Amino acid sequence: MSDESTSVRARPEAIKAVPVRHPARWVGLGVIAILVAMFVHLLVTNDRFRWSFIFLEYQDGKRGVMFTEPVLEGLRGTILLTISSMAIGILLGIVIAIMRLSENKILSSVAFVYTWFFRAVPRLVLAVLFGNLNILWERIGFGLPFGTQIGQLFGLDNFDGQFYSIKASDLLAGFVAGMLALGLSEAAYMAEIVRAGIQSIDEGQSEAAVALGMSRGQVLRRVVLPQAMRVIVPPTGNEIIAMVKDTSLVAFVPVTFELWFQLQQVSARTFVVLPVIVAALIWYLILCTVLMVAQFFVERHFSKGYGAAAKAKQRLRDIQVEQGGRITGEAP
Amino acid sequence: MTNASSSDAMVRADNVHKSFGSLEVLKGVDLVVRPGEVCCVLGPSGSGKSTFLRCINHLEKVNAGRIFVDGDLMGYRERGGKLHELGEKDVAKQRREIGMVFQRFNLFPHMTVLQNVMEAPCRVKRESKAEVRDRAAGLLERVGLGAKMDNYPGQLSGGQQQRVAIARALAMRPKLMLFDEPTSALDPELVGEVLDVMKGLASDGMTMIVVTHEIGFAREVGDNLIFMDGGVVVEQGPPRDVIGNPQHERTRAFLSKVL
Ligand SMILES: Nc1ncnc2c1ncn2[C@@H]1O[C@H](COP(=O)(O)OP(=O)(O)OP(=O)(O)O)[C@@H](O)[C@H]1O
Ligand SMILES: [Mg+2]
Repeated sequence: MSDESTSVRARPEAIKAVPVRHPARWVGLGVIAILVAMFVHLLVTNDRFRWSFIFLEYQDGKRGVMFTEPVLEGLRGTILLTISSMAIGILLGIVIAIMRLSENKILSSVAFVYTWFFRAVPRLVLAVLFGNLNILWERIGFGLPFGTQIGQLFGLDNFDGQFYSIKASDLLAGFVAGMLALGLSEAAYMAEIVRAGIQSIDEGQSEAAVALGMSRGQVLRRVVLPQAMRVIVPPTGNEIIAMVKDTSLVAFVPVTFELWFQLQQVSARTFVVLPVIVAALIWYLILCTVLMVAQFFVERHFSKGYGAAAKAKQRLRDIQVEQGGRITGEAP
Repeated sequence: MTNASSSDAMVRADNVHKSFGSLEVLKGVDLVVRPGEVCCVLGPSGSGKSTFLRCINHLEKVNAGRIFVDGDLMGYRERGGKLHELGEKDVAKQRREIGMVFQRFNLFPHMTVLQNVMEAPCRVKRESKAEVRDRAAGLLERVGLGAKMDNYPGQLSGGQQQRVAIARALAMRPKLMLFDEPTSALDPELVGEVLDVMKGLASDGMTMIVVTHEIGFAREVGDNLIFMDGGVVVEQGPPRDVIGNPQHERTRAFLSKVL
């Protein structure tokens, strides 16, 4: 009886209400539109931007300043420096994070001191410092620790215990010094990011893995890190983008093989300032845009098994199974 | 009978003590579980049930006493009257033989159900993938989740997740299964499906230690029931006797609250 009455009851008429007005939003929109229009107007009409200098031809017979050979060379340097110092930063950062979380007090304090030091020192200072480290040694190489002292102990004057060494000023000049300065500093930040990621994973996860007989390395590689990546990737994207821009600091090492330095050189030669800065800005925008797109895909990869999208897809599949076949598109 | 030698007991705990700092949680626990037996553990919160279970597969180190599983001393090697700690590899080898099911499932959320079940046999035992796949599919079929193999754990109900967790543990072909309150995180209507799987396991002859508040399950499936309180075994015996006619005041008080 009651069932029938509920199913028979008429569906009320759909709500057609007057939506709330937002006059402030429209005012805001208007202000923004005017500002954008003014900005575009500035870009187009102010010829001191010298767009053709940037894009087409900066001297007779030469390409625009963004595309000249030295600047492209600098761009390659910036990309290479970003990749190599981030590689050092990420790998070393993972090692330091694991050391920091180790039960071994010595390892964890070494890791702590490392992050303390490299986070405390400004990158600029570090870059200059690494550029001048070759003052300390003449040669750098692999060999016995305290090789020379051991040699003296046995009365051998020219023994230094080195298997392989090269001149310090060759190794620690320019690119390598810049890469080390940025990479080692980055490792300290990455270590904190990785540590936060690892600590965000429920202890039950590693417990379950250990109970299945997995080794500590397997637990980390197969269970903890893949899940921690969800927490690690977004701030790492931030770090990479910051690194693209921080590469300009290595001009103080000095490294000449770098975008900003090369553009400054053009500026010095041609006495053109603003368009060169705009050219640099455009390159940095392009690099960071590419990185952000890449980050989107990496994040999507590591969010397997989480999130609304996966659940929605599954719900659809369940409905299909329940209806005993594929949904062909038409309403039931 | 209780003096069965360690060789014919699946689990034998001798006077196990465990402290966290100054807090003594286990104060001399003795237990013998024979092969094929289902031992249910009952007791109030904080009585040390989980801790005892975790000592059995050496997730916690005992401070005193011995635990033998299938005749093997857990976590140590006794040589010349002296105990030597086992290395990580040897402990892992011992743990492979013992399946554990947790209150909060602890499935790996970034892997599909099938991958969860296949992970340990493939990575730890390095068995061939095709063989493990067949076995995993069979186990999932057995716990009633053959259709959910490619789902992620986050897409399953609690009861389904716990059944996957059981299948994951079984995939290692353990000699012994430990259950730590496997149904207490579940909605009441999902408890039955997990208990059914466990009943099936028991009737197939699996040796099981089950910490549970499901008195009905203990009475029906358990061969032995132990009641723990304050870090000791207060009372033990056949479930019907302990539940129907508790000898100890503390057991009586506890049962009157859960029944
Ligand atoms: N890792 C730890 N560190 C310190 N204390 C702990 C730790 N694990 C457990 N304890 C303590 O040991 C005691 C026993 O805990 P345990 O988890 O074994 O109890 P339980 O019988 O399983 O209780 P419940 O029914 O609530 O699960 C509790 O007082 C708990 O606070
Ligand atoms: Mg517990």
